[in-house]
Amino acid sequence: MSSRALYAILALWLAFPAATWAQDNDPEASPIWQKVRADLFAGAAIAPGDSVVLLETPKRAEDAAIVPVAIRAKFPQTSGRYIQKLWLIIDNNPSPIAAVFQLSPESGRADIETRIRVEQYTYVRAIAMTNDGKLYMASNYVKASGGCSAPASKDAETAKANLGKMRIRVDEALVADRPARAQLMISHPNDSGLAMDQITRTYAMPHFVRSIEVRHDGKLIMSADVDFSISENPNFRFYFLPGSGGELDVKAVDNKDLEFTASMRLDSSRIGASIAR
Amino acid sequence: MTSADAGDFVPVVRTVHRASSWWLLAACGAIALPLGAWAHTLRLPALAVENPAPGVYVHYGVEEEMTPLNAGDIANLSFVVGQKCVAVIDTGGTLAVGRALRAAVRRATPLPICYVINTHLHPDHVFGNQAFVRDRPQFVGHVHLADSMRRRGPNYLRALMRDLGSVAVGTTLVLPTHGVAGIERLDLGSRILTVRAWPTAHTDTDLTVFDEKSGTLFLGDLGFVDHIPVVDGNLRGFIAALGELKTIPAQRAIPGHGRADAWPSAIIAEERYLVQLRHDVRAAIVAGVPLAQAIESVECEDADHWLLIDQFHRRNVSAAYAELEWE
Repeated sequence: MSSRALYAILALWLAFPAATWAQDNDPEASPIWQKVRADLFAGAAIAPGDSVVLLETPKRAEDAAIVPVAIRAKFPQTSGRYIQKLWLIIDNNPSPIAAVFQLSPESGRADIETRIRVEQYTYVRAIAMTNDGKLYMASNYVKASGGCSAPASKDAETAKANLGKMRIRVDEALVADRPARAQLMISHPNDSGLAMDQITRTYAMPHFVRSIEVRHDGKLIMSADVDFSISENPNFRFYFLPGSGGELDVKAVDNKDLEFTASMRLDSSRIGASIAR
Repeated sequence: MTSADAGDFVPVVRTVHRASSWWLLAACGAIALPLGAWAHTLRLPALAVENPAPGVYVHYGVEEEMTPLNAGDIANLSFVVGQKCVAVIDTGGTLAVGRALRAAVRRATPLPICYVINTHLHPDHVFGNQAFVRDRPQFVGHVHLADSMRRRGPNYLRALMRDLGSVAVGTTLVLPTHGVAGIERLDLGSRILTVRAWPTAHTDTDLTVFDEKSGTLFLGDLGFVDHIPVVDGNLRGFIAALGELKTIPAQRAIPGHGRADAWPSAIIAEERYLVQLRHDVRAAIVAGVPLAQAIESVECEDADHWLLIDQFHRRNVSAAYAELEWE
């Protein structure tokens, strides 16, 4: 055996800290979750999500700064029974409450897809509150790290120039009473302020979108209170009932109180897209 | 210079170096484990280098991710010797590898090291810099390199310590002292290196080096051979850069990873992979396929050809998607 291989094997002995094996067995045991749960839900019971809400995440993220997550409802939104509120929680992020969504029967489906930053190995949770006030939770363990304290952009100049640009896209041919999927893209660094400048030892000011509201003919489809746990260039897919067409309006506000709006007219036959500032 | 840089201590691994049996190795390990805090920088023998042209030396790193086993020796590291002095091109993924590279330089020539060039900010190319601080060279990089290393370096260092543990002990960030915008010429004494900074491609800090005397083109990670290309900057910029690089009449090329045979045919496979990636991800976006599904469904072009597909292809899809959806 070469001396190099011997070095390397010894290196292995020395290199793996015990923490590598600390793992993901019990979602309830997370101390941060205990605290978040007490703050948000007091003593309320939370049932397993099985029949109500499903959470899709990668087990291991390709890029901790853009981890795709999907929250999917197990039943359609009707005025009789619907998911009214969804919390997206990332236990081990600097700010664990990543998003709080409000939905309505006009949403059609309470499915939401977005992308998150993950700072360290963590449970991610989706908690749904149905219109009868009951709570349900789905949770997954996600292996990713460094997503929050990584600097926002690979191309900071371009990001600055495009701040606040929005795109709305509706994918499918619209049918009045069938939930249609829409995508909202917001060009924004969504900066966490957690990347330290090693020379000045200072942090950049956080700059992130804090609220989003989508209305269809004035009726609430989705609103979201969010923070920098949402990835750069926040991106949401959600559903709405197109009815007889009309206007889809989006308003986003960031933590510097900059307000961005966009709207899209829904022709009954055509799918169009709008770009607005 | 730090005391850890003196390199004259006798670490426990030296004992192991002489050991010939497994039980001795295990015994050393058992003693060393509880003494983790006492660990010194790993000591490696001088790196093996090839000498493809007079004055040009290349060490080919293993085509793997960084692990304690390879100690961060995964990128190709080179040096060029002029009449007056030496330029080192990339320094490896740990202080230990940087020192082993420096030892290889010292075996090849007694001339001083006047330039240490980093082809971009990734850990496997810059984390050996500290081994050369004692030579007081100019540390040369892309004009964006200092800023990018300041912003991303601390995360890289954290990940390095997490993944390599004591193998990475002593490794620090050493920033460039000179930033290149456009094209500059570095004189090694009767030998000129042309250093060129590129718009955002593999990263936002890509630099290539051309040795006019031997016609050797050092591609950094604009060049991937066998190792699957990695997109951490701008896919469209990467494809554009390759198109331009191919027109350079070089005698040979040294990619950042893998071994190039003929130039410019050595980077044709890389270009084909990136063009296919752009095509497939665009198609997914147009079809309304969401990011999570695109990561699963966009297949790797010529999958038999590439190493490390599992580690990088899906990440490339993710990066390409986030870029191209704004087209």
